[in-house]
Amino acid sequence: MGPNGSGKSTLAQVLAGNPTYEVTRGTVSYNGQNLLEMDPEVRAQNGIFLAFQYPVEIPGVSIAYFLRSAYNEIRKANGMEEIDPLEFLDLVEDKLKLVDMDQALLSRSVNQGFSGGEKKRNEIFQMAVLSPRLAILDETDSGLDIDALRIVAQGVNTLRSPENATIVVTHYQRLLNYIVPDFVHVIANGRIVKSGGKELAFELEEKGYDWLQNVGADAGAAA
Amino acid sequence: MSSGIEALVNREYAYGFVTDIETDTVPAGLNEGIIRLISAKKNEPEFMLEWRLKAYRRWLTMKEPHWGNVKYPPIDYNSLVYYSAPKSVKPLQSLDEVDPELLRTYQKLGISLNEQKMLAGVAVDAIFDSVSVGTTMREELGKLGIIFCSFGEAVQTHPELIEKYLGTVVPHSDNFFAALNAAVFSDGSFAYVPKGVKCPMELSTYFRINSANTGQFERTLIIADEGASVSYLEGCTAPKRDENQLHAAVVELIALDNATVKYSTVQNWYSGDAEGKGGIYNFVTKRGKCAGVNSKISWTQVETGSAITWKYPSVILQGDNSVGEFYSVAVVNKKQQADTGTKMIHIGKNTRSTIVSKGISAGEGNNSYRGLVRVLPKATGARNYTQCDSMLIGNKCGANTFPYIEVQNNTATLEHEASTSKIGEDQIFYCKQRGVSAEHAVSMIVSGFCREVFKELPMEFAVEAQQLLGITLEGSVG
Repeated sequence: MGPNGSGKSTLAQVLAGNPTYEVTRGTVSYNGQNLLEMDPEVRAQNGIFLAFQYPVEIPGVSIAYFLRSAYNEIRKANGMEEIDPLEFLDLVEDKLKLVDMDQALLSRSVNQGFSGGEKKRNEIFQMAVLSPRLAILDETDSGLDIDALRIVAQGVNTLRSPENATIVVTHYQRLLNYIVPDFVHVIANGRIVKSGGKELAFELEEKGYDWLQNVGADAGAAA
Repeated sequence: MSSGIEALVNREYAYGFVTDIETDTVPAGLNEGIIRLISAKKNEPEFMLEWRLKAYRRWLTMKEPHWGNVKYPPIDYNSLVYYSAPKSVKPLQSLDEVDPELLRTYQKLGISLNEQKMLAGVAVDAIFDSVSVGTTMREELGKLGIIFCSFGEAVQTHPELIEKYLGTVVPHSDNFFAALNAAVFSDGSFAYVPKGVKCPMELSTYFRINSANTGQFERTLIIADEGASVSYLEGCTAPKRDENQLHAAVVELIALDNATVKYSTVQNWYSGDAEGKGGIYNFVTKRGKCAGVNSKISWTQVETGSAITWKYPSVILQGDNSVGEFYSVAVVNKKQQADTGTKMIHIGKNTRSTIVSKGISAGEGNNSYRGLVRVLPKATGARNYTQCDSMLIGNKCGANTFPYIEVQNNTATLEHEASTSKIGEDQIFYCKQRGVSAEHAVSMIVSGFCREVFKELPMEFAVEAQQLLGITLEGSVG
């Protein structure tokens, strides 16, 4: 969590390997590997998934084709056989229900003409299909009405397991009524300024971020 | 993105091999003697020779056109060889008599002249250098009265059809390259579908330039008689050579009352190397005439090869209610240049035309769309819809659009949409984040961009086109 401009989304993008960000200092270790040395697609093949805050449109490319390509490339990279379109269809059927979308979604172009809520649900749908080891949800709750929020949360909760981890980036406590976090970290000015359990989120809701931002500024100055 | 652009470039052109085969060629150069020689070699009737000579004399007075947005050194027309034929191709009774070396060539190209295509339900005519080496499925087509053979053979067996239709769409005097073709063309394909017959299979011609310094000048003539319909596919490849080779073909399509002709091309001539050395000059005149009422002519082209492409498959909409369509994907990479588009000439009432052009530029390629929509005074109720989209990959390529609209009837409705986009880094990152490699991401994004055109292609061609696109653009983004 953290206020606007504190660096939450930047962290999400950096973890996913967005080439527009240059990492000048520090390291990121993931399963004992140096994450920063891996190309974005290799990170994805190793189980990192980013649910985008602003999902990108790819006109003319169907969700089915797009997602099957992703699914198969990840399988290939992990030494598994690719699956054919029919098998894939079976696989995604349940996952569609999870986010309350129907098969028509599969033949639509990736994110083209989607409403804000559809884009976010589509991200969660992709996450469900790719079953990542580390999922990063970048402000997935922003722009969602309460029903959509519930659907998204339900999706995330269903996929939750001891084998995977989810980083949920948000600046409202609202989402955390549906997704109960194990840990809450607060970022301000690009640094984690406070960590705690789920109760920290309630504290933030009550007090706002101001009192922590000062801490962040001090820490920044100290470094 | 830009730093990696060059890094991945250039898969080898897979069709660049040369077949070692004895050929029967005429001396280089062009004069009336050569034309008489070609005509004599082909045992042509007098009217053909006269037509060729008329074209040649006209050609001598014409100047090579340079209005296209392409650059190339002057062509020495007297150093070219205007006729080259594999020696063994005398009269063939069956495919068994075809030189095995030739058959191997076609196998390398993925074309089997017999069984495989039979299963696929495609009739194939294969043109090697200038001469047709074999046409398949003839018997079956013959039962329906469909004539599908080499042009040279049609001149022998159906001279009346040739005399009636040759040059009626692209006259011998049409333009510099068309006149040159009329003078020296050596072979090509001919198809005639009689009244009321729907051709039950795709007709297909495969063109191959093999000999060095040889121009390929083929001529294709397709006629759909009243109520007939036919779908025709054309594919082409050439060996890799350091020198440029000229390909100046002419295609004429004729659709009579209620007839439909669909013509699809996947053009993959050798495009030259990364420095722009070698490659085919593809200077082609393609035109269809919707001569009858309710007739329809549809062009679909996927242009990925050639050093230079200069090509405007057009439709003359003469019959009332006739329909013309042009669907095009043109891709340039490395130093390729393409100036391509269409002309839709509305003459009849309620004639309709659709133009969908997708230009993709990568590397140092330069892509121009040039299109003319002309509505003549009597074309009441004419309609045109044009969509012209360009996609740029990298920052050394170019895309241009030259649309011309001339309307002389105020009941006409014309729409023109155009867009230019750059393949987005954000799109590529989105794909990569899902585990998809950059190369696959590019081919996926580009295929999506071209989808409206690909869906017009016959099934097996659509797959080939998509693969070709992937290969052509391989390495264009890092």
